[in-house]
Amino acid sequence: MSSRTIVEDKKLAGTVKRFLYSQKVAPYVLVSPFIISFLIFFLVPTIQTINMSFHKVISLNSMEFIGIKNYTRLWNVHFFNAIRTNTIYTLICVCTMIPIPIILSVILNDKLIRGRNFYRSVFFIPSLTSVIVAGVSFRLIFGSLPNALFNWLLSFVGVEPVSWNMEYWPAMFIMVCLALWRVTGVYMIYFLSGLQSIPEELYESADIDGADSVKKFFHITLPLLKPTTLYVLTLVIFEGYRMFGESYVYWEENTPGDLGLTITRYIYMEAFRKNDMGFGSAIGITLLCIVMIINVIQLKSFGLFRKED
Amino acid sequence: MKHSNIYHTARKVLIYTMLTIVAVIVLIPFYYLILASFTDTTRLFTDGLTLVPRWDRMGFFNYARTVTDREGAYWAWYKNSIQIAVLFTAGGLFLTSMVGYSLATYRFRGRTFIFILVLIVMMIPIEILMLPLYNLTVKWRIINTKAGVILPFMVAGNAIFFFRQFSTSLPVDLMDAGRIDGATEYGIYFRIMVPLMKPAFGAMTILLAMMSWNMFVWPLIVLRENWNFTIPIGLASLLTPYGNNYALLIPGAVLAVVPVVIVFLFNQKSFISGLASGGVKG
Repeated sequence: MSSRTIVEDKKLAGTVKRFLYSQKVAPYVLVSPFIISFLIFFLVPTIQTINMSFHKVISLNSMEFIGIKNYTRLWNVHFFNAIRTNTIYTLICVCTMIPIPIILSVILNDKLIRGRNFYRSVFFIPSLTSVIVAGVSFRLIFGSLPNALFNWLLSFVGVEPVSWNMEYWPAMFIMVCLALWRVTGVYMIYFLSGLQSIPEELYESADIDGADSVKKFFHITLPLLKPTTLYVLTLVIFEGYRMFGESYVYWEENTPGDLGLTITRYIYMEAFRKNDMGFGSAIGITLLCIVMIINVIQLKSFGLFRKED
Repeated sequence: MKHSNIYHTARKVLIYTMLTIVAVIVLIPFYYLILASFTDTTRLFTDGLTLVPRWDRMGFFNYARTVTDREGAYWAWYKNSIQIAVLFTAGGLFLTSMVGYSLATYRFRGRTFIFILVLIVMMIPIEILMLPLYNLTVKWRIINTKAGVILPFMVAGNAIFFFRQFSTSLPVDLMDAGRIDGATEYGIYFRIMVPLMKPAFGAMTILLAMMSWNMFVWPLIVLRENWNFTIPIGLASLLTPYGNNYALLIPGAVLAVVPVVIVFLFNQKSFISGLASGGVKG
């Protein structure tokens, strides 16, 4: 190498360095991890899923175009069962995972309650568990035998032992219980921080007007908690439709009558157990559409896009 | 006056009773699990498990099985879980904080567009990407490895979002001051801004560590061999239709969660702000 090229190399290196360090380029360098991750692990896979859903996937490198056949196969009882289970599950979740955390947070936001930090911590602890760990305990509690904890408790009110994992509604019940137990603490924290932003004066002036606590709750607290409630609602619906673990811990294989079969479990079963990637992709795209439609309806009707500007 | 006193007392009693009932319901699954872990599991289903401990049938024998059963695979799962949590958290913190900071403090073309992409990533269920991501890990030969578990989700959308929100409150004037002093853009970030973002790093350490510790669906697909499992996957592998290995399953579940609860009790503030910022799911 002649000395000239070394000088030129140094110059070039200097230019590159100046370029990378300039105030214009630096922000792009800093966001590059997301861009790279987005392209490799998100955009390309999404396109591949769409592509595979129109193919019969034989192996990694050989696919056969079959049009919308994978989608027409979705018209079957298992898929309908999965959608039904997800929808019912999500509805029950919405009806429980919003009111219960709201009530708890309103109580624990009251400065006159002694030990509120203690209760907060206790309610929060279940969210530290993984769905599997929690599931092991819930399997014991909801055992089918008469002397399993929940059946034993029910015997005091004269209810016959229930086979929790063998019938539709009991199965739904134990899945919702598991999910509710794990998320209540987190959603309670969301509502607590929502409550903190409600100005104290509103309650003071309501006191002067002689409003009781029920009135204050419905006329001040609930309306002003609306943004938090909508956020939690979005999360609950989102988690409801992608639910997997809450079912997997109770039934690790297929069940008669598709107990606990959710859309995500259906993908898992078809793609990884039966090795039908094309059909699995079609189910995935359908799930994506459901979630996107719900998201768009929510964002549109509550104007969250406008808020971001 | 007297009437309102009675009313207030009744209300207080009602509230405390309710809080206590909820607290008991919340704690029972833990209590039951810990109780079962000291009980002879072969008799668990014939005799049932009462809430009152029966001391004559209890002992540490189940815990001894975490060492002996399956040639001690449980502790290999434990080690894997710790290693994955450390790598996932360290890598995730480093990368997502940069992205969030950049999105909040610089004005550059495409900034809003990239932020919208972050939101989209947060809104799309990862479950639909499982199949192509699985194919990708096969192609890259990282199937059944820690890298396969970590890489696809390390740059987590919710962590970027959190860092971005936090960084909007950073004093931007310091950036100009740093430039005048001759610091580079990266020097400004690492020397001036990162120390100011300490609380955000604290919260996100918890979020990412918990995310990876409890991660379930994705490792279930990537990890194929017993010795490579993480704790949740290992425990799930004990749930088989042909009879569950409760003698290992129950103490295994206890050992997976008790250390986390202990750490939580000493760092409640950062746990709550961390987990509440991202919504942890496993």
